[in-house]
Amino acid sequence: MSGATVLYDAPGPRARRRNLGIAVVFGVVILAVLSFVIITLASNDQLTSEKWKPFVEANTWTTYLLPGLWGTLKAAALSIVFALILGAVLGIGRLSDHRGVRLLSGGVVEFFRAIPVLILMIFAYYLFAQYAVFPSEQLALAAVVTGLTLYNGSVIAEIIRSGINSLPSGQAEAANSLGLRKSQLMRLILLPQAVTAMLPALISQMVIALKDSALGYAIGYIEVVRSGIQSASYYGNYLPALVVVAIVMIIINFTLSTLATNVERRLREGKRAKSEDQPADQSAIPGVAIEK
Amino acid sequence: MNELWNDIGPELWPAYWVTIKLTFFAAIGSLVWGTILAGMRVSPVPVMRLFGTSYVNVVRNTPLTLIIIFCSIGLYQNLGLTLAPENENFIENNNFWLAVLGFVIYTSTFVCETLRSGFNTVPLGQAEAARSLGLGFSRVFGTIVLPQATRSVIGPMGSVLIALTKNTTIASAIGVAEASLLMKEQIENHADQIVAIFIIIAIGFMIITLLEGYVFGYLAKRLAVKR
Repeated sequence: MSGATVLYDAPGPRARRRNLGIAVVFGVVILAVLSFVIITLASNDQLTSEKWKPFVEANTWTTYLLPGLWGTLKAAALSIVFALILGAVLGIGRLSDHRGVRLLSGGVVEFFRAIPVLILMIFAYYLFAQYAVFPSEQLALAAVVTGLTLYNGSVIAEIIRSGINSLPSGQAEAANSLGLRKSQLMRLILLPQAVTAMLPALISQMVIALKDSALGYAIGYIEVVRSGIQSASYYGNYLPALVVVAIVMIIINFTLSTLATNVERRLREGKRAKSEDQPADQSAIPGVAIEK
Repeated sequence: MNELWNDIGPELWPAYWVTIKLTFFAAIGSLVWGTILAGMRVSPVPVMRLFGTSYVNVVRNTPLTLIIIFCSIGLYQNLGLTLAPENENFIENNNFWLAVLGFVIYTSTFVCETLRSGFNTVPLGQAEAARSLGLGFSRVFGTIVLPQATRSVIGPMGSVLIALTKNTTIASAIGVAEASLLMKEQIENHADQIVAIFIIIAIGFMIITLLEGYVFGYLAKRLAVKR
């Protein structure tokens, strides 16, 4: 079922009038809420130009927001790279022929998927502090990256495992009959196909890592939410700061989400185009019986 | 270890009780608001579709930490939204409900998208048959499509619920005393037993999330639409 169009008939004159009526009422409700918000904010002096002016000055950005954004991107990028490695190892581990490896990877994946990322971050932070694993200025970053890597790594492990399981068994059989070793089979045949098929899911996971890096707020990591609040405590404009930070994050994440959707569509169209070609090709060969 | 247990033991249930309450109320709210959003996104009124789509895309791409802090700073401090009666526990209760509101705002987008993916599992003919009987949008949606879609997305809804349970730890950002805040406190008092504290807190979450996963897995199997 392809969503809207089958759920209702093409509106006739009466339905059109009714829909217009609903639209007007709904629009009025939304406008009422919006104007209530704007009037209240204005009466609280939140909309005055001096509250918003800091964000058009380069100083605010270079002192607060850009370092915060850099912190967010750095933590997200590092943890995505580590999580991809960890995810590949754990995902392949769960498909191993050795029972011990399978159980161990399964246990690790289930454990880190079941507990909150924030708990992992707090644990890593205090553990690293206690044993002085990292220099103190890198402590929060290390804790954020550790938490995100362990969580996203186990999610990516599941993505990769289901990707490999979804491949036709003929792929592995063909590779075996060519005499490829198990490591070659995985590295040359299965993994590349699984990663391509799972690319949209992997990109969506990146959006999650990027958003989750804001959890570092709780352990004092300078990411974009914290830097926004810091700038706000300097200028005394909490609400505008949150709005600006939200807009920045939404733009970045929306771009990544759109990319994921586009990749998914392209993959799906590619597959359909191929399967549509097949019957036509077969029918062109005389003497080939087409079943069905 | 004994000393630690004497300290953390009596605190565990109250902290997890807050976690469970946050999850429960946020889950109910998200289910209601998420279903309404899903209805808007497929409705015949373009303004509603536009609203639903922009809401989901904006909120889903905002970090949850930001939404929770926004509920405290934006909704309470600037718009004067109070969700609790004025008494000696006002700050505590108000922050709790502000956190619930934040989770509803965020989680409903995932409920909406999960439900929408469920609409696709309903065979085309079902909606067509309903239309040919002369049912309008609200009847087709409410009595034919939504019930079947709901039953087919119970499994994925379980994942949304588990994610919500884990996300409730973020309420600590506005001082709601749930399990992650207890963990932080205890680590500061017992700095030499970090691993033990971590394991205790982790087991609590594993019990809750594994139980949720089990229940929803069972329900998904029992209630799946047989086709």
